[in-house]
Amino acid sequence: MQLATLVLGLALATGLWSAVQAINTQARENYAEAAERLGINRFATLSSPSGPIAVDTYVRIRRAGWQVSPVLEGRIGLAGRSFTLLGVDVLTYPMEIAPQADEADVSPADVLTAPGRLFAHPDTIRNTEQAALPVPLVTSDRVPRGIVMTDIGTAERLLDRPGQISRMLVLASQPRDLPPLSDIVPTLKLTAPRAGDDLSRLTDSFHLNLTAFGLLSFAVGLFIVHGTAGLAFEQRRGMVRTLRALGVPLGLVMRLLMVELGILALVAGGLGLVLGYVVAAALLPDVAATLRGLYGAPVSGSLRLQPEWFASGIGMSLAGALAAGTHALWQVRRLPILTAPGQHSSGLASETAFRRQAQAGVAMMLFGLSCPWLLGGLVSGFVLLAGLMLGAALMLPLALSRVLSLIENRAQGALAEWFWADLRSQLPGLSLALMALLLALATNIGVGTMVSSFRLTFGGWLDQRLASELYITARSNEEGRRIESWLSDGQADAVLPIRHAETWIVNQPARIYGIVDHATYRDNWPLIASLPSVWDRVADGTGILINEQLARRGDLWPGDSVTPAAGWTMTIAGVYSDYGNPDGQAIVSLPLLLSRFDGVPARQFGVRISPDRAPMLKDALLRNFDLPASAIANQAEIKDRSIAVFEKTFVVTGALNVLTLGVASFAILTSLLTLWTMRLPQLAPLWALGLTRRKLARLELLRSVVLAGVTGLLALPLGLALAWVLLAVINVESFGWRLPMHLFPLDWLRLWLLALCAGAIAAALPARRLNRMPPSALLKVFADER
Amino acid sequence: MNARVWIGFWMLLQTTPLAAQGFAGLGADADGFAIPHPGAVLEFPADHGAHPDYRIEWWYLTATLKGDDGDPYGVQWTLFRSALRPDDGTGWQTPQLWMGHAAVTTRDQHHVAERLARGGIGQAGVTASPFAAWIDDWEMKAHPDTGISELTLSARGETFRYELALSAKGPLVLHGDQGYSVKSADGQASYYYSQPAYDVSGTLFLPDGPVEVTGQGWLDREWSTQPLSPDQTGWDWFSLSFDSGARMMGFQLRDSGAGYTSATWIGPDGQSQSFSDGALDVRPLKTERVSGRDIPMRWRVSLPDQGLDVEVAALNLNSWMDTSFPYWEGPVTISGSHSGQGYLEMTGYD
Amino acid sequence: MLLDVQNVTKTYPVADSTRPVLDGACLTLGAGETLALTGESGSGKSTLLHLVSALDGFDSGEILLDGMAMSPLSDVQKAALRRGPVALVFQQLNLIPSLTVLQNLAFHARLGGREDPRQIAGLVDRLGLAGLENRYPEQLSGGQQQRVAIGRAIALRPRLLLADEPTGNLDETTSDAVLDLMLDLVRGAGTALFLVTHSPRIAARMDRHLVLKNGRIT
Ligand SMILES: Nc1ncnc2c1ncn2[C@@H]1O[C@H](COP(=O)(O)OP(=O)(O)OP(=O)(O)O)[C@@H](O)[C@H]1O
Ligand SMILES: [Mg+2]
Repeated sequence: MQLATLVLGLALATGLWSAVQAINTQARENYAEAAERLGINRFATLSSPSGPIAVDTYVRIRRAGWQVSPVLEGRIGLAGRSFTLLGVDVLTYPMEIAPQADEADVSPADVLTAPGRLFAHPDTIRNTEQAALPVPLVTSDRVPRGIVMTDIGTAERLLDRPGQISRMLVLASQPRDLPPLSDIVPTLKLTAPRAGDDLSRLTDSFHLNLTAFGLLSFAVGLFIVHGTAGLAFEQRRGMVRTLRALGVPLGLVMRLLMVELGILALVAGGLGLVLGYVVAAALLPDVAATLRGLYGAPVSGSLRLQPEWFASGIGMSLAGALAAGTHALWQVRRLPILTAPGQHSSGLASETAFRRQAQAGVAMMLFGLSCPWLLGGLVSGFVLLAGLMLGAALMLPLALSRVLSLIENRAQGALAEWFWADLRSQLPGLSLALMALLLALATNIGVGTMVSSFRLTFGGWLDQRLASELYITARSNEEGRRIESWLSDGQADAVLPIRHAETWIVNQPARIYGIVDHATYRDNWPLIASLPSVWDRVADGTGILINEQLARRGDLWPGDSVTPAAGWTMTIAGVYSDYGNPDGQAIVSLPLLLSRFDGVPARQFGVRISPDRAPMLKDALLRNFDLPASAIANQAEIKDRSIAVFEKTFVVTGALNVLTLGVASFAILTSLLTLWTMRLPQLAPLWALGLTRRKLARLELLRSVVLAGVTGLLALPLGLALAWVLLAVINVESFGWRLPMHLFPLDWLRLWLLALCAGAIAAALPARRLNRMPPSALLKVFADER
Repeated sequence: MNARVWIGFWMLLQTTPLAAQGFAGLGADADGFAIPHPGAVLEFPADHGAHPDYRIEWWYLTATLKGDDGDPYGVQWTLFRSALRPDDGTGWQTPQLWMGHAAVTTRDQHHVAERLARGGIGQAGVTASPFAAWIDDWEMKAHPDTGISELTLSARGETFRYELALSAKGPLVLHGDQGYSVKSADGQASYYYSQPAYDVSGTLFLPDGPVEVTGQGWLDREWSTQPLSPDQTGWDWFSLSFDSGARMMGFQLRDSGAGYTSATWIGPDGQSQSFSDGALDVRPLKTERVSGRDIPMRWRVSLPDQGLDVEVAALNLNSWMDTSFPYWEGPVTISGSHSGQGYLEMTGYD
Repeated sequence: MLLDVQNVTKTYPVADSTRPVLDGACLTLGAGETLALTGESGSGKSTLLHLVSALDGFDSGEILLDGMAMSPLSDVQKAALRRGPVALVFQQLNLIPSLTVLQNLAFHARLGGREDPRQIAGLVDRLGLAGLENRYPEQLSGGQQQRVAIGRAIALRPRLLLADEPTGNLDETTSDAVLDLMLDLVRGAGTALFLVTHSPRIAARMDRHLVLKNGRIT
């Protein structure tokens, strides 16, 4: 039984940990691969600030000798989904997109002439979807996931953008003696290859969150392992004593035990890897969807085994077993040869141990709390979290013991007295499992509170932020101007240009928007803090608004001044919340923006119109300007899409939550099962004294439920503390925004009931066993030859 | 496979006997492409331009030069056209693909560059009158109304660049039967003419600095749809300019048997005489290890009908064209019954 | 007759042997009487005690307690029996480790609803446990533990006290003291004592002495 528990506990711990690791490494690998394949970090790019580049321009650059490769990029609907279509000139593109030659059932004529071929990773478009495609598909694992590639000739046809190029890659190898690019095409902008890939920078915080969760799961698993390893050694005491009495040196015995533990850890680690793989494979599609939705990061929905993942899983398993085993071994070492095994069943000895644990817990909490002041940053946030959680877990046994003796003192009747006293005396054996439960419950409360708070805040924020009824994106500035003048000509209540320039603020890339003075902003914009008459300040060009991310990172607040571009300083008039966007943002009046930046595109607008007229106006716009349907989005669509993205973000968190709770209740079960052999001698006398087995079984069930219930109550304050840390520390550090905390007592009740269930389920098996136990088996306990 | 290698592979399929192995059906059926016929009359300047209804075509210029430093140099400038389908078309989706190879060979250096492009967008192409052939910034361009007699030539790679002026000192030479050049006993053939007598002058820009050069240039024009028969494995092609003022073009197509040879003798006055299979005899004297292959670097070339019996030796063993489909192409020196310089191209040595 | 064991047979389902442990055992015991049962190890002494204290069932025959037949009783009724008229003292492992000496002493009586604090206070003195009331069993010696177990049974004031080698792992002096105490207490309370022992010396101190052999009592 111990063996099974030990292996299972370790396997579960390793499983959860390696699941998270698998997801993380998969995603990271995909980013690197995508960046590599798209040449983002290897090649300089040439683009036009004013929109697409003409093919003639490309030819002009080529005929001047520069080796550039054209790319036409756009969104395209395929098989009912939307993809990024990357059209490249396959003759000059520096990366490979076709599959290996021996797999390629495709000739240059197929690719280069109509109808052409699409290339996509097998994960991106399934074979079954191919029938619905306008152009035959070739699957190729050389194409980044989530992207569809094709020859530029096919792309311009599919995207209906003949003669257009989005950008050019400047190839690494260039002929000698070339004239400067700026002489050939002065209007194009050359961007150096980007150091480090943006995707991993953007998604770091997300992965850190996952890692933290993985560690938590592992910690919960370790509690199980620690407990069972301790018990296993405890039961070996007799054997160890006999061996030592026979003259086997202690060192050898210890080494043998360690080797045994090591082998077990390897087996368990192996099982855990299998488990982790299954979990990761189940979760990855959602993670991938999140990353794609939130950051546009192309992540595979399917898993590939990687050696580092493998090593990390086995390593954690070994380390975990070792950590759990050393403590137990230490006790074996101190074991005298002769004394009888102590039946510390009164709970006397444990009281002092509890007190020592609690002191360690307080120390850990204090350390965690001091960390943000000492270190700062996201890591210290996590240290604070860890300190809080582990500290609280260590304090749990003492707290439980105190609560139970309080109840015990008020207990009436022999049975009740025994029940509570017994409960307390059982704490040492169960405390690890209960700590695991405490952590799982607190995490659930904490993360649940964060997610719900987020959802509530985000929903409200979307309502404020998306005040316009229609959002239009024109294909060119010229078209934008035509649409604007048409709309302003009495078609809409108001046209609000959405125009922006890229800049750097407080040493970070930021986007600066120019707005016209309109009631829409005055009435709706979600300001967190502002100076008096903030909108007048923006309108007259004396004030700038910045988003919360920027404000918190730069430690800026209304009244401070900021430099939105070189040699331009402004007073911050307000700070607004801006969820779901990792970067800095600022708002000034439109004339001011235009006076500061050249070539600000004028392709996007918000349109105010009474909601019932919005669909008609949309139709009219599509017809009059022959716009693609994707060019106009209405408010409701955007809201739905945004919320869907955020829901996805937390699917993973939710799933891991449920899993940790599962692990915790498994921990209780395993503790109860391992304690079983010791439990029987404690229960048999009561049976002999006149209690039926049924009654005893019911008391056993009650015992577990009560412990889970009390632990659940103690988890509540911890969970709320956790939520606060997540919302006010971790979120600010990783996303740059702080969320108001909302409380959801009904969720707590649900969770508490869930904890009771977990307790009941964990105890159900031992209780059933007790209820079914034949009297002769119980009597054996008293048999002389024990 | 890299797109370039892949496209190169495709072009290779069409220009070497690999086609026969991979695409056995190709020999029988021309996929709608035109096929050369004996008795056709070549017309100029129109035939200086491209023939999109034929599968492959090239403008192939080699020059043996002497620098102001006294050293010998070789220059190659080649534009290949390869059609996926026998039509022209505009924009990205044209079936006409172009490939450029440029090289400069010195005694101890060999500089190579390659370009790939599509015809339909203007990145590469050939116009007949006024004559111009280009890919990217590489260009072979005639002065207006001179046909191809007065050319400027330029190309540029990572390590080299050249600007040359070419002036023809003799008439065009039609190979085989008035330009219909048979390539195998099975009757595979191409249209093939040359301008073998350019005076060349200009500048080579090399890593060590610019070199002023003068010398002789030779332009080959050839187009076809299926020039090789199924069992031919490669060829050895010679363009030799003798100090006597005579010239000779000769090639051997290797197969499992005796091979197939053909030659054109061009007198100092530009009058030419074609020799059919067997008249020319070429045999390797010494092979060397180049880029992991055994390639003949010394040849014995004899055309008894013209009293020719010479040894041809490579100037620089490493004139290896490490392009999408690799081959050996470089300047040679001639000794024996005649002396002089020339160019040698060898394919199919794997 | 307080206890009447009639022709009881009991077989443990063991693979190799179907020979009954008890094979028509008969025995009677009057109220207030003391009885010693001896027999070879494995002869079935403990088994008989377990049957009499309604801890286990038997195959045939009948056991009557105060004229009431045991075999038809339900689990709940049997349990009530163990909290009332019958108490059993084992050789070891008698005490509840999470309760103090005092709590242990009172436990059985309270369970049976017949707690008498004064009697228990008296017992503490009689058993020589004064000063140890708030200790836990693990803090007691073997003899002390056994005295608590006996005291707990006495505190229930049963009609029949069963004891299975109650002094088995005590030294002779302690064992005599414990036995003296036990006899003293049962006689004072009018309780019948049915004691299993290996020691002829102890057996000799009982009113009657029976031997169990080959499943029968002689
Ligand atoms: N629960 C049981 N299952 C199977 N066999 C049992 C069980 N309990 C006792 N026995 C067997 O029944 C027989 C009688 O056992 P019992 O314990 O009654 O003997 P005993 O007379 O008390 O012996 P001792 O003097 O050693 O205590 C023995 O052979 C024993 O092995
Ligand atoms: Mg016995």
